[in-house]
This record gives sequence, C-alpha cells and structure tokens, in this order.
Amino acid sequence: MEIKVNFISQEKLNGLGEQEKLKFILEEVRKGQILVLEQGLTAEEQAKLIEMTMEKVNEKFSGIEMESYMSEKQNFWGRLLGKKRARMTIVGPADKIKTVYRDKDVIKAVIVGKR
Amino acid sequence: MGIFDKLSGWLLSIFGKRHVAIGIYGPPNAGKTTLANRIAMDWAGDVVGESSEVPHETRKIQKKDRIVIKQGKASLTIDLVDTPGIATKIDYHDFLEYGLDEEEAKKRAKEATEGVIEAIKWLDNLDGVILLMDSTKNPFTQVNITILGNLEARELPFIIAANKIDLNGSTPATLKSAFPKHEVVPISALNGVNMDLLYEAMVRKFGKKRK
Repeated sequence: MEIKVNFISQEKLNGLGEQEKLKFILEEVRKGQILVLEQGLTAEEQAKLIEMTMEKVNEKFSGIEMESYMSEKQNFWGRLLGKKRARMTIVGPADKIKTVYRDKDVIKAVIVGKR
Repeated sequence: MGIFDKLSGWLLSIFGKRHVAIGIYGPPNAGKTTLANRIAMDWAGDVVGESSEVPHETRKIQKKDRIVIKQGKASLTIDLVDTPGIATKIDYHDFLEYGLDEEEAKKRAKEATEGVIEAIKWLDNLDGVILLMDSTKNPFTQVNITILGNLEARELPFIIAANKIDLNGSTPATLKSAFPKHEVVPISALNGVNMDLLYEAMVRKFGKKRK
C-alpha cells in the first residue's frame, strides 16, 4: 500500500492569486492527492474552498477533509489586512483522509490507502 | 443630523431597539431549525421550517422577518435567517442509511451542496450570528473553526450556543473551554432550556450599534 502526501511550500502558494491557489488545491485533491500546505489558508480562503468544493461534488467526488490550526498571533501583513491565517492546513479527498481526533493542539488523522 | 435623529439615536443607545438580520449557523444536525422554530414560536407564534434527524433537512435559506424580542425596557427586532448546515463533504450514500432511495439521496445531496454555498454567501448580508454547536460532540471541527474564523474576520457580533444540553453526554463546559474568548450559552432548543439566557445575550450583543 503506497500513500502519497504532497508538501506544498509557502513560496509556491504565495506565487498564486487567491482564486488560482484554491483552484490548484482543489484540482490536486480531486486527482486524489493529499496536500500539506506549509502556509495555511485564511478563514475566508477556507470558506471559499468549501464553496468551490461544493460546486464540484458529484457521485464520484464527495468533497474534502480539511484540517487547520488557526494562528493565535497575526504577522504584520495579517494585522494590516485584518486576516488571521492558519499555521498549517492539511487537505485531501474525503474518501482518503479522515480525522479521528482533534483538539486545540493535536490533530489525528487516518489516511486510507487502496490495496 | 436633525433633532429627531439625535433624539432617536439617544433613545436607541438607552433602550437598544434595533432591527437586525441574524443568522443561525453551524454544522448539519446541530439543531439550527429547531432553534429557529423555538425563537419564532416564543416571539411570533409561528415556525420557520421543518426539522428532521436526516442530515441536511434544511437545504435553502429560511427566513422569518420582524421577530421582536423583548428584555425589560429593551427590545430587538430581528429578521431570523435559518441556514443550511455547512459541511466540507456530502456523500449521497450517507442518506441511504436513513431509508431514502438512491434517487432521493442523490437529489438531497445535490440540493445540500447548493445549500452550503448559499449559507456561506449569506454571511455578507447579516448583522450578527448565532453559531450553534452540538454540545454532545467535539467542538474542534473544521466547520466550526472555519465559521468562527469568518465571523471574526468580518467582525460580525456572534454568540456560540451549545445546544442539546438535555442529552446524555452533553458537555457545554468543553465548548466554553474550547472558545474561552467568546460568549457560550448552553441551551436546549428542543426543550427551551436557558432560552431566557440566549435572549438576554442576543438583545445585549446584537442590540449594540456596530462600529
């Protein structure tokens, strides 16, 4: 059983506009990829990603599993723009990744691989 | 500003009478429609919609306008907006377990996805939100975190209502410790427990003029 997880750098995502970034994430997830984003999504980006996901849900794609730790502290640009960003976001297809436990400090997830 | 505006502004600041649009948000099956019905029955003698154990029963925005909530000399007029549950995934197979046939389940799933989109878009039309969580469940879900983050980002006043305190396994204290910076009101929308506390919080929080 082989499980692939893609770690996406902050530089890669920073080079994309919001719409491009979310489209990239959703396209990768729809291909079955599990992504770990070095720089997490803002709450607004998370909501937008949920909206975009819902537009794509069908009989073969049931949606996403997403987990983020929101940062308590905002950086300079966050304070300026009033946006709180997740420290890290994990996102994958709902049929491949399942959160089994979560509290404010720990996320436990199971990745389901096909034999 | 005329003298009438000044006088009405002064009276508003004292008695807090305002007309605001308040949305009820949360994950599916948190009891949003049950709460909307409880509020509408208590103050307008009417219901907003039907509730069900099958998730995503509410798949379109439901509204009840001009509900007047009174607290002593203060009152608050609200347009109550009951929203579809927000989810990151909707699998029609889940509905089959509730006895729906395949066609019904697929139709429900499709409508539910549209409902999620509509609920998120409606955040832009509101003056305040009741974020409803099921107090028998872990509050640290992505849906709760995402809604809360969006309310904070939009600077929308909100109250967290910890619902289903009538059920075994309810731990409203867990919700309070999970969100220590926010007001959490433990309620049972079904049995009407602590609704007086929620109404007091609503008039106090949503009656204030937003900056």
